[in-house]
Amino acid sequence: MAVDVNQRRAPAAIEQPGRLKRLSRSKGMMSLWFMMPAATILLLFLAYPLGLGVWLGFTDAKIGRSGVFIGLENYAWLFDDPVFWLAVFNTFLYTVVASIVKFGLGLWLALILNHHLPFKAILRAVVLLPWIVPTVLSAIAFWWIYDAQFSIISWTLVKLGILTEYIDFLGDPANARASVIAANIWRGIPFVAITLLAGLQTIPQSLYEAAVIDGASPWQRFRYVTFPMLTPIIAVVMTFSVLFTFTDFQLIYVLTRGGPLNATHLMATLSFQRAIPGGQLGEGAAIAVSMIPFLLAAILFSYFGLQRRRWQQGGSD
Amino acid sequence: MAIDEEERLTRASARFWKWGRQNPKSEPEGASTDYLISMPRKVVTVYIPLLIFLFVLLFPFYWMTITTLKSNEELYDYENYSPFWVAKPTLDNIYKLFFETSYPLWLWNTMLVSVVATFLSLVCAVCAAYAIERLRFKGARLTGMAIFLAYLVPPSILFIPLALIVFNYGLFDTPFALILTYPTFLIPFCTWLLMGYFRSIPYELEECALIDGASRFQILVKILLPLSIPGLISAGIFAFTLSWNEFIYALTFISSSENKTVPVGVITELVEGDVYHWGSLMAGALMGSLPVAILYSFFVEHYVSSMTGAVKE
Repeated sequence: MAVDVNQRRAPAAIEQPGRLKRLSRSKGMMSLWFMMPAATILLLFLAYPLGLGVWLGFTDAKIGRSGVFIGLENYAWLFDDPVFWLAVFNTFLYTVVASIVKFGLGLWLALILNHHLPFKAILRAVVLLPWIVPTVLSAIAFWWIYDAQFSIISWTLVKLGILTEYIDFLGDPANARASVIAANIWRGIPFVAITLLAGLQTIPQSLYEAAVIDGASPWQRFRYVTFPMLTPIIAVVMTFSVLFTFTDFQLIYVLTRGGPLNATHLMATLSFQRAIPGGQLGEGAAIAVSMIPFLLAAILFSYFGLQRRRWQQGGSD
Repeated sequence: MAIDEEERLTRASARFWKWGRQNPKSEPEGASTDYLISMPRKVVTVYIPLLIFLFVLLFPFYWMTITTLKSNEELYDYENYSPFWVAKPTLDNIYKLFFETSYPLWLWNTMLVSVVATFLSLVCAVCAAYAIERLRFKGARLTGMAIFLAYLVPPSILFIPLALIVFNYGLFDTPFALILTYPTFLIPFCTWLLMGYFRSIPYELEECALIDGASRFQILVKILLPLSIPGLISAGIFAFTLSWNEFIYALTFISSSENKTVPVGVITELVEGDVYHWGSLMAGALMGSLPVAILYSFFVEHYVSSMTGAVKE
C-alpha cells in the first residue's frame, strides 16, 4: 500500500531524477535506517555475547587470561561434579514447585479480583507491589523475616503455642529450600494474577450467561468456559514464569548465596560463583550454556501454546 | 471567554474519546455471574481469601517500614516491646543511611542509569517497531520474531561473556557499562509492546499524511507518536522499573562503591561481615523501593490496560 502512495507522489519530484531513484529504493533503505539503532545494540551486546558465551564454554578462560580451546573438557568436568548435579536438581525443584504454586495461587487471586469489588483500581495496584519492587530489596525483607533469632514467624508461632523453639529457616538445607521457594512464590503471584486477570476480562460475558441458562454449576462454568478460554494466556504466562524462575539469581544470592551445603545453589548462582569470585570464566560459561536447552524447551512450549490459540478462537485474530 | 471554554471542552472530549478508544469499556468488567452469589457466600469465597492474600502480599512491606522506624534497642527486644508496632518511632536509620553511607550516590547512579537506558531503549524501540509494523520491509515478520526471542534470553546466561566485552571496551566500572547493557533486555520488550500498540492505530491516518507529502519520519513524530503516548508511557515505566530492579549486571560490571546502584550497594556495602545493621538495611530497601512504587501508583491504570492490550493481541 505504501508503495502505491509513493509512486503517485513521484511525478512531483520528476525534476530531480536522482531523488526519484532514491525514492524507489527508499523502503528498504529507510527500514535499514530505522532498524539500525536497535539492531546495533542487540547485535553488539546480545547476539555477540551469546555466541561468545557458547565459545567460552569450550575454553579454559580465566579472569585476566583469554582461554584456549579445550573442547568438551569443561562439560566433562561438570558431568563428574556432584555440586553441578545438585544445582541442576535444585533448579528443577525450585522451578517446578514454585511455578505450580504460583500458577494455582495466581489463578485463584485472579478469579477473586475478577469479581465486582470496591476499590478495584487500588486493589490491583496494591496486589502488584511485590512484583514491581526490586527483588533484591524485598529479599532483604525476607532475610530479616527468616532471621534465625528474630524471625517474626517463629516468634508468632511460639507465642501462639504452636511451636516450642525457633525455626532455623536458612540454616537447615530443607528449610532453606522451602524458604527461598516461598519467597519466590510471594514475588511471582502478582505477575501471574494480574496477567490472568487481564485474560479473564477478555472472555465475553455472553458465554457465562449461556452456560448459566444451560444450568452449569460454578465449577462447570470454570472448567468448561473460563479454563479453555484462558489456556492460551496461561501458556504464555507460565512460559515466562518458568523462564524467570529457572534463571533466577537475585533471590538466592541475597538469601543464602547457595548455602547451606549448596542446598539452594541454582545453576545461575553456581555459574556466577564459579565465574566471577572463582575466576573460572570458562567453567561458569559452560554452566550457563547448559541452561540453554531447557530454556529452548520452554520457548517451544510457548510457541505451541500460541499456535493453539488460533484455532481455538476460530481464526479471528 | 466562551470560546476558550468551548475549546477546552472540545479538547477534553477529544482526550476522553482517545482514552475511551484505548480502554474500551463496552462490557462491564468482572464476572457478571456475581448476581448469582449471595452476600454471605461472597464473604466466604471472595472477601476472606482476598484479605488473606493481601495480608501475605503486603506484610513484608509493613515489616520493612516498621523495622526502618525502630530504634536498635527496640529492634532486638521482643519481650518489652511488641514486635508488630513501634513504640518510639525514629528516623535515625534513614538519617544514618543518607549521611553516613554512599546511599545518596547509589540512588543517583540508579536514577541516572535507569533514565538514560530507558530513554535510549525507547528511541530504539520506537524506530524498530515502526519499521517492523509499518514499513513492512522484507523479513519484517522474521525480525519481529527474532526480537521476541531476544527478550527470552535471560541475563544470567549473558553476564559472563558481557563482563569480558565490557572489560575489553574499557567500560568496566563506569555507568556506561550498565547504560549500554540494560537495553539488551529493554529494547526487545519495548519493541514488542509498541508493535502491538502501533497495530491498533488506523493505517488510514498515515496514508492521509503520506498524500499530504509528509515524510516517514514526520509521520512517525507527528502522527504515530502523539497517538501512542499511553503505550509509550507504559513501555517507559516498564523499562524504568526493569532497569531499577536489575541486579546481576550491576553486581558484575561495577566494583567501586561510588558507581554502584541501590540494589548492589545495599547488599554489598551495608552488610559488613557478620554484623547486620538491620535497621539501615531495611531503610535502604524501603527507600530503594519507594520510587518505583510511587511511579506505579500514578500509572497503574495505564499499566493494567496495556497488559490487557498485550494479552488481547
